[in-house]
Amino acid sequence: MTTPAGLPERLTALVRTLRAHGMRIGPAETLDAARVLEILGLADREQVRAGLAAALLHTEGQRAVFDPVFDVYFPLGVGAPESARPAGDAPPGDVRAWLRDRLADALAANDRAALTRLAAEAVDALGQYGNSPATDGWSAHQTLDRLRPETLLARVRTATQGSGGGSGGTGRGGGSGGFTDRLEADEIRRRIEDFRERVRTEARRRVAERRGADQVARRGLAPTADRVDFLVAGRAQLAELRRTVHPLARKLATRLAARRKRAARGHIDLRRTLRGSLSTGGVPIRPVLRRRRPVRPEIVLLCDVSGSVAGFAHFTMLLVQALSDQFSKVRVFAFVNRADEVTRLVTAGTADPEGLSARILREAAVTGWHGSSDYGSALAEFADRHRDAIGPRTSVFVLGDARTNGGDPNLDALRLIRARARRVHWLNPEQPSSWGTGDSAALRYAEVVPMHACRNVQQLSALIARLLPV
Amino acid sequence: MTGTGYFTSVDDVFVKLAETGYLASTAVATTVYLADRLGKPLLVEGPAGVGKTELAKSVAPVAGARLIRLQCYEGVDEARALYEWNHAKQLLRITAGRDETWDETRTDIFSEEFLLTRPLLTAIRGGDPKVLLIDETDKADVEVEGLLLEVLSDFQVTVPELGTITATRRPFTVLTSNATRELSEALRRRCLFLHLGFPDEELERRIVRTKVPGLDETLTASVVRVVAALRAMDLRKLPSVAETIDWARTLLALGAATLDDRLVRDTLGVILKHQEDVEKATAGLRLDTL
Repeated sequence: MTTPAGLPERLTALVRTLRAHGMRIGPAETLDAARVLEILGLADREQVRAGLAAALLHTEGQRAVFDPVFDVYFPLGVGAPESARPAGDAPPGDVRAWLRDRLADALAANDRAALTRLAAEAVDALGQYGNSPATDGWSAHQTLDRLRPETLLARVRTATQGSGGGSGGTGRGGGSGGFTDRLEADEIRRRIEDFRERVRTEARRRVAERRGADQVARRGLAPTADRVDFLVAGRAQLAELRRTVHPLARKLATRLAARRKRAARGHIDLRRTLRGSLSTGGVPIRPVLRRRRPVRPEIVLLCDVSGSVAGFAHFTMLLVQALSDQFSKVRVFAFVNRADEVTRLVTAGTADPEGLSARILREAAVTGWHGSSDYGSALAEFADRHRDAIGPRTSVFVLGDARTNGGDPNLDALRLIRARARRVHWLNPEQPSSWGTGDSAALRYAEVVPMHACRNVQQLSALIARLLPV
Repeated sequence: MTGTGYFTSVDDVFVKLAETGYLASTAVATTVYLADRLGKPLLVEGPAGVGKTELAKSVAPVAGARLIRLQCYEGVDEARALYEWNHAKQLLRITAGRDETWDETRTDIFSEEFLLTRPLLTAIRGGDPKVLLIDETDKADVEVEGLLLEVLSDFQVTVPELGTITATRRPFTVLTSNATRELSEALRRRCLFLHLGFPDEELERRIVRTKVPGLDETLTASVVRVVAALRAMDLRKLPSVAETIDWARTLLALGAATLDDRLVRDTLGVILKHQEDVEKATAGLRLDTL
């Protein structure tokens, strides 16, 4: 496939790709976007970007997908950058040092136009790999690996301090000992990270010219945060997810409140309705609704925190903790092959969510003789030692992939928990097609308690809104 | 063209808004211009204190338009948002005209004289230019959203006794939301979407210069840099433009010439509103080394 030629084709291709990434964009929005292009023209790229975003997007989270897709379909230029390697300016072989010199200058001056230009030149000079037309391409990873912009930090710092005027050409008060000096390193680090992103964008653009925009835009982009698979999420993505905990909790709380309001009406109290009907000659004119006792339900989370599913467990712990004002009691238990209560750690952990997993493994007794997960003995220990945590008002959520490492799944322990609790649900971060494969006992557990696939934040929030008791 | 026609180009938006003291980013100016030309409502989302409401307030004087504001809250209903019959006045009219026939009275009491127009109807009636601000849309109930759908897609309102009232001149409409509740897809579809985030350092510096002109330029730059550093931290409530301006005003009132550890530590409460954030920032800015 090649990049479409005309503007309408280009726009519809952009919309198709956004849809492929899970955005719901109707023809009406596409028409609006076309009108936007008509009004704005193509003179200013940032205006076009802002205009199309206004017409096509509905939430801020979609922006992370939209921007790279836009860069692919409305690229900054075509082919190699014009400024790349002016003849005779740099000897071949020394391109890298030459680029690094100029990059250090641009970072010190925070010159964004120069940074964009340098990103283009760097990809052009350092990023090419392969030599046959079918396999060659441009790699951001290779470019950054050769250029190593992160090693420029010290040099840039010396440069900014030497010239006496750092970012934006403003000097700091009181000579070199100013307060804002301490911010310098972080600022430069952010600029370098920004440069890396520019290199990635540029590499995508060059590949898109070679392979066709559609292919790059569909494969080469990360999904929005709420669609990232828990099991494959990296550190940065998990950190991003943790940032969404509080806004998400607020939204879920509103949804729970709405459900609570709905649940409070509609049940007729037959006895009191008939009693009231005596005054109207036995005709029940005024139905009396049953009064609901305001009972706040209790939640118990039982989480597998072994390596493979820890990210999922910790996110859910933090989310339920953020929702804790909706319930009378939230207790969290963690296990690998032994179960222990970690409620206190999670409550304290909201201030430092990143260290939560390390603290749980260090301070709670979640592992016994070995470090691999054993659902059977963990469930048995929970049912035995923490039996008092479960009562007729408790909803229990078990979080884990149900991979027992070949051990006995101990269904009886789960039955025991189910018998004492009001409800038991199992949230499994694996997709249903892999349940029961290998050492997974998911299907056997699913016979005892309802099991739900919960692979990303989107699914988790839908499940929580539906399953949490009101 | 169904647009409101207040602006002639994106640059025009920049210039005119700057005259009222609102410094727009490219995204803001472009989206405002498009909302103006396409005649579509503008849905502005973003954290508190970045100038969502201020945007609508700034467009109004530029366009020479009247600002009509509908503040949404839980429980706002048709009678508060759209129109209401003035029952007391109707009763007075009925008692005053005792000898009239029922038909005369009926046609008379359901006339414009007895109609109390609320913001949405006010914005649609009459030919003068208007800016309609629907503030904190996410606080309103879902039912009100349904009501807004009719008003915002066709700019018309049906009053059963009077018939359908259609806008002769569309108001420039701005909806704001803090995203406490997800607005319905149907409502979002009818609007242009603008996310108003934190401005970049350059723009923020200019904003502070405009709002707090008395502050020394070097100090302004330092203030903006510290706030940018705070925003890069993982805080519960990130400081927004309103807090930056507050802080700048505080420093001006204290007569500070440069930032130092003590001053920052003492005034951190102006920008950060949670104790844990203050602790984190103290560690992050290395204020505790003294």
